[in-house]
Amino acid sequence: MAENVKPRVRVPSSASAGEVVTIKTLISHQMESGQRKDSEGNTIPRSIINRFVAEFNGETVVDVKMEPAISTNPYFEFQAKIPESGTMSFTWYDDDGSVYEDSQEITVG
Amino acid sequence: MTLSRRETLALGLGAFAASFVLPKIATAATEDAIAAFTGGAELGQGDLTLTAPEIAENGNTVPIEIDAPGAESVLILAAGNPNPDVATFNFGPMAGAHTASTRIRLAGTQDVIAIAKMSDGSFVEARQEVKVTIGGCGG
Repeated sequence: MAENVKPRVRVPSSASAGEVVTIKTLISHQMESGQRKDSEGNTIPRSIINRFVAEFNGETVVDVKMEPAISTNPYFEFQAKIPESGTMSFTWYDDDGSVYEDSQEITVG
Repeated sequence: MTLSRRETLALGLGAFAASFVLPKIATAATEDAIAAFTGGAELGQGDLTLTAPEIAENGNTVPIEIDAPGAESVLILAAGNPNPDVATFNFGPMAGAHTASTRIRLAGTQDVIAIAKMSDGSFVEARQEVKVTIGGCGG
């Protein structure tokens, strides 16, 4: 069901050591809640992303458990501490077992 | 099908009774979700801010923001949704500030509830009523 899933992240490319940066993520996904019915009255089965994790150099920034009440194209904005250069990695877990990933480098200079 | 006066009255009474029972079920689900998160601990007031619009025209995307310095995790509930669970944010060691924003679905006018588990093991609660013009659960 989940096609055209495209993660988009906005991460600053550089930061000063110890800086707190704002990170925005958006992933295109229909987030079918399992509450809707089609034109014949059959319930459309639930199909959502149920977990989102953001990590910096392997250490968790946020780990979000998501329920059907999260809107279509889930959006998250949060703050991360950047002590050194490294990689911000983002992972989304779909109900159907798919895992979507994205990552971005941050340079401390 | 035609309804007699008596049947119409009975139907009306039934609907009236159902309107009392249904919110009760929803409240029970919310209370269960809170109990599962807190383990029955008492909810206090404290360092937790939940920002949500007073009036949301479209219940499909209602922007909310939590700010909970000192919180380990924050549970978000929408008491008036068919399923009150919305999301649970767990902050890790690299979280710069314990704030997060997202967009949620609300079925109708209701309270959005945030419960934060603080690092000392206590729980604090924040509520905000959101008036929804068009509900966001399809149907």
